[in-house]
Amino acid sequence: MTMKITIDLEACKGYACCMMEAPDLFDIDDATGKAILLVEHPTEDQREQAERGARSCPANVITLQQIG
Amino acid sequence: MVVVGGSLAGVNAIEGLRERGYQGEITLVGAERHLPYDRPPLSKQELREGPSVGHLLLKPQSWYDERGVELRLGARAVGLDTRDRHVIVEGGDQVAYDGLVIATGCSPRRLGQPEAGPVHVVRTIEDATALHGELRPGRHLVVIGAGFIGLEVAATARELGLHVSIVETAPAPLTRVLGDEAGRWFQEYHVDRGVDLFCGTALDTIEVTATGTRLSLADGTVLVADLVVAGIGVTPATDWLEGSGVTLDNGVVCDRSLRTSAPGVVAAGDIVRWHNDLFDETMRVEQWLNAVEQGVHAGHTLLGAEEPFAPVPYFWSDQFDAQVRFVGRADAADAVEVQRLSDRSMVALFGRGGVVRGALCVNAPRQLARYRLAIQQRVAWGDAVGVG
Repeated sequence: MTMKITIDLEACKGYACCMMEAPDLFDIDDATGKAILLVEHPTEDQREQAERGARSCPANVITLQQIG
Repeated sequence: MVVVGGSLAGVNAIEGLRERGYQGEITLVGAERHLPYDRPPLSKQELREGPSVGHLLLKPQSWYDERGVELRLGARAVGLDTRDRHVIVEGGDQVAYDGLVIATGCSPRRLGQPEAGPVHVVRTIEDATALHGELRPGRHLVVIGAGFIGLEVAATARELGLHVSIVETAPAPLTRVLGDEAGRWFQEYHVDRGVDLFCGTALDTIEVTATGTRLSLADGTVLVADLVVAGIGVTPATDWLEGSGVTLDNGVVCDRSLRTSAPGVVAAGDIVRWHNDLFDETMRVEQWLNAVEQGVHAGHTLLGAEEPFAPVPYFWSDQFDAQVRFVGRADAADAVEVQRLSDRSMVALFGRGGVVRGALCVNAPRQLARYRLAIQQRVAWGDAVGVG
């Protein structure tokens, strides 16, 4: 089971919730105020963090996909 | 299981129940006729562009279908029987429960003067739609209250070309939340963008005249408005719980795990007053992320989990091009350190009892993570001030 994280940067508002909930997976760019995806394919151990990061996004722009 | 409140906290309570393996029935009872939707944009981009429920839905209909959630929308809860375990909805129907989540949130305070005529508030999509229709360039908007909602509405209206005045009883905006020094930063920020701020004075009288709504302030100022918005706070929507046996005290009183005083009843969201162990403080938090986390947590508690709910609160506000982000608590701070990074960015730290408790970051989002960690770890004030 591999997971893939995507962020709709167009719609990202820089709330920084993802970075606070899942600092291993997300960062934020102070200049643009947009999220940075650090890990595109999180490991099984990082699944809970990834789910928390996605759920906590007020702009609802983080998607988790199962890719096989 | 029954969730009362078609709200962010209510939706996340459903998430919490299902993700911990609960497979029985869930009924969501909501007063509004819409599927649960997101409220923060109602004073920002959706107010500017005209609110659309399609943009705002927290989850699509399919999400409820997949989770087997029975929706009872347009059904306001009017009573609760904690002995027989049922909720009473408007019209008299009863909804029986084994476990109940209370997530009915808050209602906006309204001006006490009946002669004020139509005064807008911003809580529901209907409120925002009505206000959007009135925001036409050149008109004069008076906002009562310089809290977050008031400032966001003021900024949105200013961007749309209205003349905007704000009346605030405190000496500066947001002082009750963020203290004087940070409040003055917001004052300057709004004044620089053409908002007229009348602080340190109260609204004395308000009346509808032939030329507009006439507002007289305690300091003698008279304002004539084309439209008026009240942003004077909210009160917990607990009317339907009076006499139910659920202990109320400016909200629903909960224990550390979000259980109410009634068996089988938990609560989540703006309505909850509970003891946050991390801050050793009893609090009620009217914030988006709190509703998400508390909803999930309350769902887990209802299934028997015992963990205390003790997060670092977080909220945001967007005003003009200021991305305002706050972690922790600023109330009753005995130490404040404001660092102006540029004319559009700043960080303010709040400490109490020798540890850092809160951090305000304006256009400086990366700072949030390190201060949140510092707050979680109760880092000494002197060390925290040096972190930045």
